[in-house]
Amino acid sequence: MNNELKRTIYKNVMLFFAYAATLATVLVVGFIIAYVFIRAIPHFSWQLLSTKPSYINETIGVLPDILNTIYIVIATLVFVLPLGVGAAVYLSEYAKNIKIKKVIEYAIESLAGIPSIIYGLVGMLVFCQYFGLKTSLLAGALTLTIMNLPTIIRTTQESLDSVPASYREGSFGLGANKWYAIRTVVLPCCIDGIVTGCILAVGRMLGESAALLFTAGFAHKVNGFIDALSSSGSTLTVALYVYAKEQGRFDVAFVIAAIMLFMSLLINFTASKLSKKIQNKRY
Amino acid sequence: MKLKKHQECTDKIATVVFTSLGYLNIVFVAVICLYLVVSGIPAIGKIGFVDFIFGTKWASTSTVPSFGILPFILTSIYGTLGAILIGLPLGFFCSVYLAKFAPLKIKQFVESTVDLLAGIPSVVFGFIGMLVLVPGIQSIFDVPDGSSLLAAILVLSIMILPSIIKVSIGSIEAVPNEYELGSLALGANKVETVYKVVVPAARRGIGVAVVLGVGRAIGEAMAVMMVAGNVANMPGLFESVRFLTTAVASEMSYSAGLQRQALFSIALVLFVFIMVINALLNLVLKERGKKK
Repeated sequence: MNNELKRTIYKNVMLFFAYAATLATVLVVGFIIAYVFIRAIPHFSWQLLSTKPSYINETIGVLPDILNTIYIVIATLVFVLPLGVGAAVYLSEYAKNIKIKKVIEYAIESLAGIPSIIYGLVGMLVFCQYFGLKTSLLAGALTLTIMNLPTIIRTTQESLDSVPASYREGSFGLGANKWYAIRTVVLPCCIDGIVTGCILAVGRMLGESAALLFTAGFAHKVNGFIDALSSSGSTLTVALYVYAKEQGRFDVAFVIAAIMLFMSLLINFTASKLSKKIQNKRY
Repeated sequence: MKLKKHQECTDKIATVVFTSLGYLNIVFVAVICLYLVVSGIPAIGKIGFVDFIFGTKWASTSTVPSFGILPFILTSIYGTLGAILIGLPLGFFCSVYLAKFAPLKIKQFVESTVDLLAGIPSVVFGFIGMLVLVPGIQSIFDVPDGSSLLAAILVLSIMILPSIIKVSIGSIEAVPNEYELGSLALGANKVETVYKVVVPAARRGIGVAVVLGVGRAIGEAMAVMMVAGNVANMPGLFESVRFLTTAVASEMSYSAGLQRQALFSIALVLFVFIMVINALLNLVLKERGKKK
């Protein structure tokens, strides 16, 4: 009987822990979202979203930061897509030597594990100083490119590996050479996977701040795409840090935080829709 | 005939291009290592390895500067351990519930919540920590300043939750169903089965989750910078402290000379930590592969 009682207690206590931990997790996320949106909504205004900071009128606007964020995401994607997809194609389709493949995969894993502050530092040394790009959005985008390579490579590789071998054999059988088969048969099957990888990478770029502090800088100027790439500019995350920590403008910080949360909600939603679509696809 | 030659040519070019793109990743890692080592070694040489690593005083801008980074190293270690201490049980029990007890609808909902948590930028965590945790700690524990190691630990423990939960769920679900059925057939109830049969079988995967969490916690800079107070004290729970990451970030913009070189050396130390963690991760994964 005593044993039976012990078992019941054990069962209920362990079950309680499981429920409590889950509830706590959900509550924390719920609190973060609710807190940010509730505090941000009173401060939203068209003026804040559509102007640049002006010392004369003593107003703050986040338009330059929004534009810089968009520019840096576009520039990074332009670099990271060919590099990442190409490396994934090599690993899945070309690499014959298992040892070399292992070394490259280990290198990619290492890239994924390096903290962003170290990327920022090395990006500053290599891109800003050695290549003479100074603190500019281009230097920031190049730094983000290397940071996001692992994400793109991994998702592309997964979808390349899911294309059945018979597709390749069929196209070889019809006389295609390797590149032709990859270009016309294998890669088109992987578009969904590559797009998912891109979305995940964009999420990471949007949230990145430590790597951009020293590479992309802090300026709040409205520029065209080409000018912006060669000049310093702060993204939304960096602006949030500066407004909150250094200038004490919590109202602006809350608005930026709300924008960031909205973006990550959107990205999560799209990514999960897409991956469901991929799962439903049967070869 | 001409067409065929053209095609062969492009095929060869494609092979070369893809091969070099593959190898490029090794180059990137090598360049990062090289730059960190080359720019990190001089200061360690000038300050002296022992004085640098085990020196307890960091005063980079005083007239007689001293560069001891033991406070940063210890703070990073304590902060990471603290984050694991809170984040692991929370993430572990949550993933057990999601993998084994939760109805499908609830599981999907909580999983998407966790995904959302993973997508929140670190500055937002830092910002909320700054406005909620710091004043909270100040009033609850009645300390002069709430910006402390404790605040950093709490923020980090929430930030590592998603990686712990996701990896743990995966490894718990990967345990063969026969284990569970066998245990149930012997008369154990569902809860006992899950905690005493399934979880031990998934322990390596949970180990991987812990290592990933450690990696994320030790490398986090911005969130910590906003809540930890950023003073180079030896770590104490209510002390204002500086991590390895924040030591680099907070002085970089105005540093020069030996101070700047010393910051690169701190980054090198951090990098060594991360590489050790990566190697550990690979070891755990490899042993798991062998077992199967």
